[in-house]
Amino acid sequence: MTEKFQGYLRSDGRKGIRNTVVVAYLVECAHFVASKIVAGFDDEDVQLIGFPGCFPNEYAARVMGQLCTHPNVGAVLFVSLGCESFDKVRAKGTVASTGRPVETLVIQRSGGTAKTVETGRAWVRSALDEVAKVERAPMGIDELIIGTICGGSDGTSGISGNPAAGKAFDLLIAEGAACIFEETGELISCEDIMAERAKTPELGEELRAAVQKAERYYATLGYGSFAAGNAAGGLSTIEEKSLGAYVKSGDSQISGLIKPGDVPPRGGLYLMDVVPDGEVRFGFPNISDNAEIVEMIASGAHMTLFVTGRGSVVGSAISPVIKICANPDTYRALEGDMDVNAGDIIEGKRSIAEVGQEIRDLVVNVAKGAQTKSEALGHREFILTYKSFDPIGPSCLPAV
Amino acid sequence: MTAPFLHLHPDDNVLVARASAPAGTEVKLADCTVTLAHAIPLAHKIALRDIAAGERILKYGMPIGIATADIAAGTHVHIHNIRSAYTPTHALQDADGQSPETPK
Repeated sequence: MTEKFQGYLRSDGRKGIRNTVVVAYLVECAHFVASKIVAGFDDEDVQLIGFPGCFPNEYAARVMGQLCTHPNVGAVLFVSLGCESFDKVRAKGTVASTGRPVETLVIQRSGGTAKTVETGRAWVRSALDEVAKVERAPMGIDELIIGTICGGSDGTSGISGNPAAGKAFDLLIAEGAACIFEETGELISCEDIMAERAKTPELGEELRAAVQKAERYYATLGYGSFAAGNAAGGLSTIEEKSLGAYVKSGDSQISGLIKPGDVPPRGGLYLMDVVPDGEVRFGFPNISDNAEIVEMIASGAHMTLFVTGRGSVVGSAISPVIKICANPDTYRALEGDMDVNAGDIIEGKRSIAEVGQEIRDLVVNVAKGAQTKSEALGHREFILTYKSFDPIGPSCLPAV
Repeated sequence: MTAPFLHLHPDDNVLVARASAPAGTEVKLADCTVTLAHAIPLAHKIALRDIAAGERILKYGMPIGIATADIAAGTHVHIHNIRSAYTPTHALQDADGQSPETPK
């Protein structure tokens, strides 16, 4: 008997677990005005996202479109300066085609800062009334998309938090959910064992190629996906960090390889290839944890399991973040930011299976509307930068 | 293996601290018992046995790097004596997990 909860039904048939009004700036020059609009709605679900660049980028345009039509989003206000390159007509059309309330304010044509803020707040006020009327519909675990990342990893992450997240993934996938793991730069040295779990040999080759691409990319940059704090926390090499990170994927068969913005077609386990294609451009693949979270949300993630050892406090715009603390000392220090104490595993108080079950149950409660710690604290981090991708190959999503 | 260290996989040549272990802690290893000369912070590694320079370091039963020096049983295994077989590790002065914040 699978559990049901009430989702927000969207015109494309997808269902959300939140009903957010998003205000999106389309260049850094419009960031302040957009944030002032959002600041008028402290007690309501109005959230700020945006893209800082003035130059066009197909990846950013696609991700922005996917975010603004995410099932957790009910309405969108774009804020443009007016002279930036972001294609605001296309963006508005993408949202309008889904039937969501959408508007674009161009600061240069709206009377400047004060008038645009005033007009924007009035629009958001009316949009909140509109989204309150969105139809609710029964939703099951088999309609959920869940992402996972680890950030601020240390030597405990691979022993407690990540295996527990992997266990939760196994439970959720068995109940029909789609689960996404990612950061191919943190799977270096795991490519062979991972390829063996692919649904088809051809998919296995794609998984292997994605990790090899990450290795080449990071080698060119001269840095692995390894922060100074990882070493202070006892991790010595990228392969040690990778092996710890890899166990977040659990034991399920790998159903497909996707890229940011590709929505998993059905339940199962998916690897997201986050490293750009082609020659190295625009710098690091993901400059911080929230860039990874945003990409999983663009691929439809309703929420993200975030495993931390050193202690991250971030949440995210659009989709809630469940914080799983791998390190018992960090949990005691940052308890107010952590949803799950996987440090119990290190201290021998609970098993990986028990903590995995707690995470799975928490996913259902958050889907039902319970706020995560970062959500309740008001964390709504967001970052979107320049990247470039080729479409996924024909072997990446094998048929059932 | 004696707490507070974990032997994660039978093939591993390192142990992982499940809690911070102060200097002087006695640890039973593969062939002997050692007394820790220095504190080992939570989740850091020590050598289960003598490891020769050039040997692979195994954790989770998988290679995590290569010894760059001879490592005596019971001593700290970290960025000062192992390296990645892939990309070099970037670390700050607190990489030992116990140095206080270093002023710039």
